[in-house]
Amino acid sequence: MTVLDVSGLRKAFGGLTAVDEVSFGVEAGQLFAIIGPNGAGKTTCFNMVGGQLRPDRGSVRLAGRDITGEAPRRIWRLGVGRTFQVAATFGSMTVAENVQMAFLSHHGRLRALLPSARRLYREQALAVLERVGMAGQAERQCGLLAYGDIKRVELAIALAHQPKLLLMDEPTAGMAPRERIELMALTAGIVRESGISVLFTEHDMDVVFAHADRLLVLDRGRQVATGTPAEVRDDAEVQRIYLGGAGAEAAARQIEARAGEQLPGERAEGEAR
Amino acid sequence: MIDPAFYVIQFLNGLASASNLFLIACGLTIIFGVTRIVNFAHGSFYMLGAYFAFTLTATIMPALGDALGFWLAIPVAAVGVGLFAVLMELLLLRRIYRSHELFQLLATFGVVLIVQDLVPAIWGPEELFGPRAPGFTSFVVILGFRFPEYQLVLIAAGPLVLGGLWLLFNRTRWGTLVRAATQDREMVGALGVNQSVLFTGVLFLGGALAGLAGALQMPVEPANPFMDINIIAEAFVVTVIGGMGNVLGAFLAALIIAQLQAFGILVFPEITLVLPFLVMALVLVVRPWGLLGTPEPMTGHGFAGDRPLKPLGRRAQLGLAALVAVLLLLPLGLGDYTEKLVLEVFVFALFAFSLNFIMGAGGMVSFGHAAYFGLGAYGAALAVKHLDFAMEPALLAAPLAAGAGALLFGWFVVRLSGVYLAMLTLAFAQIAWSTAFQWVELTGGDNGMIGIWPSAWASDVTVYYYLSLILCGAAIAFLWRASYAPFGYTLRAGRDSPLRCDAIGINLKRHQWLGFALAGTCAGLAGGVFVFSKGNVDPGALSIPTSVDALVMVLLGGIQTLTGPLLGAAAFHLLEAYILPLTDYWRAIVGLIIVVLVIAFPQGLAGFLRERLAGEESR
Amino acid sequence: MSALLTVSGLDAFYGRAHILFEVALEVGRGEVVALLGRNGAGKSTTLKAIVGLLANTRGSRAFDGEDIARLPSYRIAQAGLGYVPEERRIFTNLTVMENLEVGRQPAREDAPEWTPEKLFELFPNLAEMRDRPGGRMSGGEQQMLTIARTLMGNPRAILLDEPSEGLAPVIVEQMARTILELKKEGMTVLLSEQNLYFAKELSDRAYVIEGGRIRYQGSMAELMADDAVRQAYLTV
Repeated sequence: MTVLDVSGLRKAFGGLTAVDEVSFGVEAGQLFAIIGPNGAGKTTCFNMVGGQLRPDRGSVRLAGRDITGEAPRRIWRLGVGRTFQVAATFGSMTVAENVQMAFLSHHGRLRALLPSARRLYREQALAVLERVGMAGQAERQCGLLAYGDIKRVELAIALAHQPKLLLMDEPTAGMAPRERIELMALTAGIVRESGISVLFTEHDMDVVFAHADRLLVLDRGRQVATGTPAEVRDDAEVQRIYLGGAGAEAAARQIEARAGEQLPGERAEGEAR
Repeated sequence: MIDPAFYVIQFLNGLASASNLFLIACGLTIIFGVTRIVNFAHGSFYMLGAYFAFTLTATIMPALGDALGFWLAIPVAAVGVGLFAVLMELLLLRRIYRSHELFQLLATFGVVLIVQDLVPAIWGPEELFGPRAPGFTSFVVILGFRFPEYQLVLIAAGPLVLGGLWLLFNRTRWGTLVRAATQDREMVGALGVNQSVLFTGVLFLGGALAGLAGALQMPVEPANPFMDINIIAEAFVVTVIGGMGNVLGAFLAALIIAQLQAFGILVFPEITLVLPFLVMALVLVVRPWGLLGTPEPMTGHGFAGDRPLKPLGRRAQLGLAALVAVLLLLPLGLGDYTEKLVLEVFVFALFAFSLNFIMGAGGMVSFGHAAYFGLGAYGAALAVKHLDFAMEPALLAAPLAAGAGALLFGWFVVRLSGVYLAMLTLAFAQIAWSTAFQWVELTGGDNGMIGIWPSAWASDVTVYYYLSLILCGAAIAFLWRASYAPFGYTLRAGRDSPLRCDAIGINLKRHQWLGFALAGTCAGLAGGVFVFSKGNVDPGALSIPTSVDALVMVLLGGIQTLTGPLLGAAAFHLLEAYILPLTDYWRAIVGLIIVVLVIAFPQGLAGFLRERLAGEESR
Repeated sequence: MSALLTVSGLDAFYGRAHILFEVALEVGRGEVVALLGRNGAGKSTTLKAIVGLLANTRGSRAFDGEDIARLPSYRIAQAGLGYVPEERRIFTNLTVMENLEVGRQPAREDAPEWTPEKLFELFPNLAEMRDRPGGRMSGGEQQMLTIARTLMGNPRAILLDEPSEGLAPVIVEQMARTILELKKEGMTVLLSEQNLYFAKELSDRAYVIEGGRIRYQGSMAELMADDAVRQAYLTV
């Protein structure tokens, strides 16, 4: 089933065309990556899917339903969770309260003036935190956590209302290689187990080629290539404008590791070689 | 039928006052651009410019001759004010560049209060008329109208300064450094530029420009101790409309505001005081960062050390119960005067607590919370005087009036954030104040309204004491509860990360709007209770100083605590009651208290004490 | 040989949080030294502490024999220790030439003197956009400009905070070539990185930082041979 169907998307700022005629589809349970150099239009594309920007042309459909130009809040209600390049969490709240906020919003309880917020949806929040391995730190203040842990909390918040689609903008930016692998392995595990889809942008070629099922390459707003990791890696133009030697090397390394892998758990060792 | 030539003259008058406004506002905007501090004391600089020029002309003109003396006195006065600004930078601003914007605003307001008491002490309270400008004492005839020559000097001054500033900023290394520092001052320092010297220079420039404006104004308007407050609100408006930090924007905004006033006064004289603020509100709705401003980087507006809310511990609960018991028994041992004093503490505790509800939890720093206190007070008073309400329904009218005002103003306010939000709350408070001040038939103008007393059953001080305790206590308890409830958490969520709120379906602006209205309603109740305890109300209830009083109470007590504002209100009000009668310098004392607090306890007293306690426990 | 930059016993705090513990490192003249570690390990904090951008630090820092521990950041820059921050932080409203002007410091006897023209040879892209505002440049161009801007101070050593972060792989390669060129001219560099492949090409020696403490030091070749350390702190 196609969870996200984007067709003919276009957006210009002033005279500059940021995204031009971009089309792609994300299937259920798929990890779909958008890559490209800085300023290629990745974030613009992303924001048109997430509702932060309204496209000039083209359409965005979520599970068959047209959501083009809807507000981010509406899009969230329709089942799209989101994480940001710089993790956006509520720093002065505890880890559990961060996730409880998502439940309060989901259940329309935000305007309650009398009940104690700490007690509402606590069990549900702890259950989601369990999935990302953060239940043990539920009472800690979110703002004081290590960055890798904050990213996990953010993932838990995004998962709270059981979305159909996760939008992850550079999910591993600012993280160490090991943390990157752990976070993406965690995300991939959740995808396999719950069948949700993930659309993500990423600069780390190891992460991209280790996890993406399909890739879209953008350059100056233009859709240069779309395909499986192997197809994209072999694309001469992609190599020239984006991957270069080191990028292609990383891609080859990861594609090879995936071909040889039996269990997802072995991936990290394959990379540590 | 008015002669069309009259409009030309009026336009020229508009240009002259635009120049004056621009000279003040450009310094303000330059200082903000580099230091990120909204300098309340800029009005004081302007006032000092006029007084310095007055004293200088009186001494130099007899010695050097009129022409040379006068035209020397003007720049020397400007330089003098520049040096005063440098002094303020060295002694105060330098210590608070890293503080929260609220503390910076308050600290510069502290300077305003100090200067306000110093000026009459030095120059006396009367208006001082300066000499006319030698060489420009006559008139020119324009289209048959006589037009003062000196106005032409003023008209020229604005564009000349604008051109000079453009050269300074685009053709000199110093200007390039200042523009760079406007964006990222730390980075400028890391590249080998001594920021302190740069900042001191910027304060000198900004101060000198304001001083120049004041000095140039001397032949037109007598120097008087109210020049600062009158001009600062308008200078803020100009700066905000132009885009904070943008000099050209300030020039355009000064033109717009001055011309609107020049022609507005012909059409609708009653609206002159309100007009600039209305324009500002409208501009900000369309362009949240002013005409030529650029978006501020999105920052959270939390306070250092914000922590998760914890329910009251056992000891705190016992303490609270003991406090309530003491307050209930207090009238047994106190006289009427002290009872009245304590019931006013209840009023200000609620006022401060409601401010902290939007500021501490919501991150919306309001510089005009007095608007809602005053709307409550006036709502009750008007209900009694014009609708013949008794006390009971009037006490209901108070929060309703304030709530309605807060709903209306809040709709605009929550569209902004940070300093712009603070400036807009200030603008709305000024609108409310101007209305109360200028609409004499309804409100009694400057004199206010008198004879608003409680119903017979509550006229005894002790009875009214208990009534105040119940009303204010209930409202505080309600806001307290709401802070722990999902609604309070939603406000905190909005303060911590608007981006995350949007991504989990929270309509943040709507909740901030409701929070603003709720806080306004509670402030209105405080105003209503206040007016029946005093028996009268005047525009002071809505004024900037009243807003600042509330901020000082919150600051005194500590922002990130719920108990802080209550302690702060008690401390501040009792201090005021006991010290005010003993001195002519109460404002200067408050100013000094603010300055010392901001420098010494950036987290407020309660925050400081908690840190100390936490430190000892962990040892 | 005495080191150009010596740090020892460096502790740093953010508010009450203790971030760095007894960090010690040395960078010799003409050396390129990598400071490796995951995000949050303390790399950026170490660099910021060295150049005087943190309020709360303890421990000694000496640059060319001069104690710089108590100096404000501008004095450290004037002493010839240049700093290239992590998030580029160029002045977006200023043109390329104006950005360079902000970085300009007087020439010094013991360091090469940089002029805009000389920098445009090192960064040919920038030459074509002298009057373009920094805000209208791509991420890679901005990264080049931050380095050029710091070089305008004619530094004797530079601290580079994650120059490869967030750049396309092709641009990262270009960045590596530029740093190698600087190295050839004798520039002393302390390079904070998480990208081991990038650091490997450039560095003579490496320190590995984790949890605010230096866990390993050695030559780059030794580090590449030490699987245990790489897996513990740097797994790539």
